[in-house]
Amino acid sequence: MIRISEEYCKGCGYCVFACPTDALKISNKINFRGVSIPLIDEKACKMCRLCEMICPDFAIVVEEE
Amino acid sequence: MISNKELHDKYIKKAMMPSILCAGCGNGTVLNATLRAIDVLDMDLDNMVFVSGIGCSSRLNAYINADALHATHGRALAFATGIKAGNPKLDVVVFTGDGDCAGIGGNHFIHAIRRNIGLTVIAINNYTYGMTGGQMSPTTPQKSISTTSPYGAIDHPFDLAELAKAAGAPYVARWTIAHPLQLQRAIKKGLKNNGFSFIEVLSPCPTSFWRRNKVRNFETIYNWYKENTVTIKKAKEHPDKIPIGELKNIDKDEWTDLWKSLVSEVRI
Ligand SMILES: Cc1ncc(C[n+]2csc(CCOP(=O)(O)OP(=O)(O)O)c2C)c(N)n1
Ligand code: SF4
Ligand code: SF4
Ligand code: SF4
Repeated sequence: MIRISEEYCKGCGYCVFACPTDALKISNKINFRGVSIPLIDEKACKMCRLCEMICPDFAIVVEEE
Repeated sequence: MISNKELHDKYIKKAMMPSILCAGCGNGTVLNATLRAIDVLDMDLDNMVFVSGIGCSSRLNAYINADALHATHGRALAFATGIKAGNPKLDVVVFTGDGDCAGIGGNHFIHAIRRNIGLTVIAINNYTYGMTGGQMSPTTPQKSISTTSPYGAIDHPFDLAELAKAAGAPYVARWTIAHPLQLQRAIKKGLKNNGFSFIEVLSPCPTSFWRRNKVRNFETIYNWYKENTVTIKKAKEHPDKIPIGELKNIDKDEWTDLWKSLVSEVRI
């Protein structure tokens, strides 16, 4: 399961650029903090967890079901 | 593998989060990689001290739930040397920036390396003085725009990893924030190495460096670190790119070990 904390995410998109499978995408929606939180496609995720390692803000979490 | 949530709960001071760092600042990725390396090695936080100078990069130790010393600008290595010499059993990690390390702290840098005191130094090279708004630093690439090089920098920049190698550091590696797994492994090796370990991280300052150089898009910034670097194996074929990887790893007597044997020799 992939979760992104709306409180911590700053919308840099590094997780999206690092993801080798396009499981993450840039969203054009801006949240209450003025941040665009990446969109998640769970089915495309291969659990490599590069997104977690690159996240500067500890915002994205990938966990086994 | 530990999740970001677990990593955060185990090592980060919650009251300090979300961090003060700008969106897309690479410093956070370096903190992430450092904590992962510490976790994989199962190191005892109570036996660690995180020392830093001044700058955005030097803020990182304030986020870790461990003893920290936020020293004066350029003097992180002098304070860290004191801590390690006073209690060699401690694992001392230094966070420093290109300005802190090679500008105002340049002399401490070469002499701490010369002594080969057992510190793990993580130098976050963002090509600028980020905290003070983007002045030219000793690593700013030529032609880059900064507040003190409005028509493009003409100075020849330092290569921090090469400087560390030349000064005699036994362990030297360079990665970028776009290589987070390799960075984590290099920090792990640096933490295990007994002598002076130097890990340079090429890391973006979107606010004070890239914005001034007319790059506002995070994807372009991320790609720059992928496209302008090359692993050392292929470096010869790409002389225009920055070599990344493990640049040096040798055995060398560490200073506090030499001190210990000296003391046992001269004690009456
Ligand atoms: C003795 C002294 N001189 C100048 C400053 C102002 N100052 C604060 S941070 C900084 C530059 C930091 O640059 P760097 O080490 O590259 O860190 P960054 O903020 O880019 O991470 C300067 C010049 C200071 N705090 N102390
Ligand atoms: S774990 Fe890997 S595949 Fe899954 S979203 Fe993260 S980067 Fe993409
Ligand atoms: S890397 Fe982290 S902070 Fe950046 S967009 Fe992804 S989840 Fe948000
Ligand atoms: S000014 Fe630059 S180095 Fe400082 S927090 Fe912002 S992006 Fe990071």
